[in-house]
Amino acid sequence: MSGKPVLHYVSVRGRMEPVKWLLAAAGVEFEERILKTKDDLQKLRTDGCLLFQQVPMVEIDGMKMVQTRAILNYIAGKYNLYGKDLKERALIDMYVGGTDDLMGFLLSFPFLSAEDKVKQCAFVVQKATSRYFPAYEKVLKDHGQDFLVGNRLSWADIHLLEAILMLEEKKSDALSGFPLLQAFKKRISSIPTIKKFLAPGSKRKPISDDKYVETVRRVLRMYYDVKPN
Amino acid sequence: MSEKPRLTYINGRGRMESIRWLLAAAGVEFEEIFLQTREQLLKLGQDGSLMFHQLPLVEIDGMKLVQCRAILSYIAGKYNLYGKDLKERALIDMYVEGISDLMQLILMFPFSPPEAKEKNIATIAEKATERYFPVFEKVLKQHGQDFLVGNRFSWADVQLMEAILAVEEKVPSVLSGFPQLQAFKTKMSNMPTIKKFLQPGSPRKPPPDENYVATVMKIFKLD
Repeated sequence: MSGKPVLHYVSVRGRMEPVKWLLAAAGVEFEERILKTKDDLQKLRTDGCLLFQQVPMVEIDGMKMVQTRAILNYIAGKYNLYGKDLKERALIDMYVGGTDDLMGFLLSFPFLSAEDKVKQCAFVVQKATSRYFPAYEKVLKDHGQDFLVGNRLSWADIHLLEAILMLEEKKSDALSGFPLLQAFKKRISSIPTIKKFLAPGSKRKPISDDKYVETVRRVLRMYYDVKPN
Repeated sequence: MSEKPRLTYINGRGRMESIRWLLAAAGVEFEEIFLQTREQLLKLGQDGSLMFHQLPLVEIDGMKLVQCRAILSYIAGKYNLYGKDLKERALIDMYVEGISDLMQLILMFPFSPPEAKEKNIATIAEKATERYFPVFEKVLKQHGQDFLVGNRFSWADVQLMEAILAVEEKVPSVLSGFPQLQAFKTKMSNMPTIKKFLQPGSPRKPPPDENYVATVMKIFKLD
């Protein structure tokens, strides 16, 4: 008897969003517990639920997992989205590492001043279009397949789609010049579980807006003095 | 016929050191290429060897792998240092990721301005003694085994050993108050492959100095 995974986090996309994407793509329903006050976080800590006193934390299969990468690795492995062998896993890890770095530039975005948001936006778009998107475009071009690794859907595809959509929120034509990524985006978006996650009413978080920013700062006691890259 | 893994980086610890540790702990010999100019890095990027134009690069089993975690996970999996099933892997991943957060402070330390160094050492000491070391002290105490996960040597043990020694270089007394970790450190030091790596003449790199910082700034143009 196993219950649904329970995701503990704050009310921005932040570090938990890729976990939601992966669970949703795998067709796994989950619950969320949103931390609204610093007491909520403190309680998790005092109850011994957070190995390193931090969120994200996901209750899954009797474990209280922390560390986003560990959580994602486990979900990918459990739901067969991690390739068929060590070498495919290495490729997936490498590709996910890139999209993780790219989306990482946007983690602190909600907490920047309006002026710094403009700077950071330009920075991220530049990185995406000069470093990351060309790399994935080449992968798709070199093997001519529909998916990044092993001719089958994997975590790498889901993570890349998430990154593409986040970039397009910052610059709507971010994919111009990348025809294979454009086709990839359409293809992966139309996979039933992902299509459902992209439809209104799903657990996908909208872009974090200002009303959440102060709450998150208070709860995590972080993100007070954030500088752009 | 399989060749030795080939590591491309600068001649210093940086983000390659954990990979050197893991290969060494697994008893795997490897070759190293040390870049000395930015031009060499750019050329590697142009050659298509670097997926994201970044180092570390490890050529292993016909792959040109970048991204530390990808490289480390592959090595751990290949050499049976990644647990026996998904759940053990989950524990190893959690432990390694936590230690990696601590190691990030150490990684960044050489690049902090002189006036911030004392404060940064205090932060490293605080995080080590209040957030990270207590976790592993407790893990070892609770199961009473020699290794962190599954009663068997794994990547997590190697990473923890590396972190303990790295923190001790900054905060020599950091393990006082952690008897389990002291015993762990002794045991790890006596494992043949690790013992060999800790001896002079091994691929282990010395602590970062000004030369290292200058090389990094020049080659990577940190952005």
